[in-house]
Amino acid sequence: MPVIQVQSICKNFGSLEAVKDLSFEVKEGEIFGFLGQNGSGKSTTIRMLLSLIHPSSGHIEIFGQDITAHRNQIAKKMGAIIERPDLYPYLTAKEHLQLFAKLSQKKISASQIEHTLQQVGLSNRASDKAQTFSLGMKQRLGIAIALVHQPELVILDEPTNGLDPQGIADIRHLIKDLAKEEGKTVLVSSHLLTEIEQMAHQILIIHQGKKIAMGPTATLLDPTKSLMKLSTSNDAAARENLAGSEFAAYLLEREEGIYITLPTEQIAALHQYIVNAQIPILSLESKRSLEDYFLQITSQSN
Amino acid sequence: MWSIIQIELYKIYKRPRTYIAFGAIAALIWVIQMGLKIDGEAYAAFLMKDINNTLVVDGKVLNGYLICYILLQLLLVHVPLLVALIAADMLSGEANLGTLRLLFTTPYSRTQWVLAKFIAASIYTILLLIWLAALALFLSMFIFGTDDLFLMKSNYVVLIESQDVFWRYVGAFVFASFSLLTVTALGFLMSSLANNSIGPIVATISAIVFFTILSTLNIPLFNVIKPYLFTTHMNNWKEFFDIQVTDNNEAITGSILNIQKIKTSLIVLSVHIILFVGASVIIMKKKDVLS
Repeated sequence: MPVIQVQSICKNFGSLEAVKDLSFEVKEGEIFGFLGQNGSGKSTTIRMLLSLIHPSSGHIEIFGQDITAHRNQIAKKMGAIIERPDLYPYLTAKEHLQLFAKLSQKKISASQIEHTLQQVGLSNRASDKAQTFSLGMKQRLGIAIALVHQPELVILDEPTNGLDPQGIADIRHLIKDLAKEEGKTVLVSSHLLTEIEQMAHQILIIHQGKKIAMGPTATLLDPTKSLMKLSTSNDAAARENLAGSEFAAYLLEREEGIYITLPTEQIAALHQYIVNAQIPILSLESKRSLEDYFLQITSQSN
Repeated sequence: MWSIIQIELYKIYKRPRTYIAFGAIAALIWVIQMGLKIDGEAYAAFLMKDINNTLVVDGKVLNGYLICYILLQLLLVHVPLLVALIAADMLSGEANLGTLRLLFTTPYSRTQWVLAKFIAASIYTILLLIWLAALALFLSMFIFGTDDLFLMKSNYVVLIESQDVFWRYVGAFVFASFSLLTVTALGFLMSSLANNSIGPIVATISAIVFFTILSTLNIPLFNVIKPYLFTTHMNNWKEFFDIQVTDNNEAITGSILNIQKIKTSLIVLSVHIILFVGASVIIMKKKDVLS
């Protein structure tokens, strides 16, 4: 059973369609990268997952329960940081964690609070008020708030915003440890491809509120493999054929066009397979660079 | 629910702004008390100058009970403004800080949060009133002593015996708590409509001023709606100090001239509180938290 199951959610703000027919699943114990440029709809989607905003249509289930009907039970098992770290300026780091530990309805010991502060590298500033913190430290405290009650699902919206390179690396290691050592499911959003690439098992790319690609990081972004774009005289038939073939695992989920990430040595075999299927090939292009890949598919979506 | 009320109270206690109202009330009361202590006799003589020819008043007119009445007349107009500073910030202040979204991702419903915040703001309001009572009544009793309460109304005077006064103040303060809780609820409603603190604070104060003017104006058009305006009823704590008299014009100890007026005002204020808080809950439940 997926930890998060999103089915065809849409969100409209007046005439603006912020999220359009978005569906995805996040499996237990995986780091799910949610990638998109600023304003692409990532935060709106995350806010819908957290019940901060109501979807215009569609359905969200977390831990197999409907988010609208069982929000409070689900919230006990979730921790989140949303967009930017907003804190009470008059409370210290430790007071923040004590406050949110109490709100979690779980018994959180003082040592657990200490451990969480240590995890994010704030134990030496535990007694300082948040108003004295830099943006990076606020970000760390925001992450600590999300983790203090030991949630099973952690949702981190742009968690490395405002951090220096060392801070970014620390948070990356922390996120990896959360999944690997503690078995937590992590949904992490970013507009930085390299960040997501280094930690996520699965990646969803969103642009202008629309899903444009989704798949395992290894398949979707592995630079040792080639990203190919196939154009045929009958793309629907070609996609159907490939979905039932040995190339199915390499096929990327896309709204338009056929994108396949596969080992370079298999390109010839792919070409041969389509020819054998008697589907005329118009072009088979290689799209190599990761950054180019992201820019290319987002610009194509435009 | 109790734990989130505690947390809200903890945040109010930790916020420096909380103490502005307590400081302002203490300063105002201290200034008035000192002024009356130093020059009170002249003030009393000025008040009594019109009736000195017809009445001989024995005893200490300027006693703690009269000082408290004067203070309440002055302060119960301004305390709502101080209450608005906190109440109108309860939801919008959190939205402005961005912390509202943190709260709304905890395992408590929005209704629970809104009610907890309102209860916390109400406790703050009551504490402010207790502080006001302690300084205006008890400190005045301590500084000026006690005696019969002599009040000059527009076309008559009221003399309440010393032993018949204290409970009236208790009643007046309980009534005032309803008035101030109405302001708290109004501030709260305004707070649910905005994502910054200043707008709801100004809107609450403006609404109080606007409706107070409507309540005061004696224009037939407004007279129709006056009974339904909360501002018409907010100052009816004074009814506790109007006393019934016998046919021989002797005061009846322990009586209130128009108790029905007090009851009606309490009902109107309570209805306003329920409506304002209910509307806040509905608005916050439907609201998309975008801040």
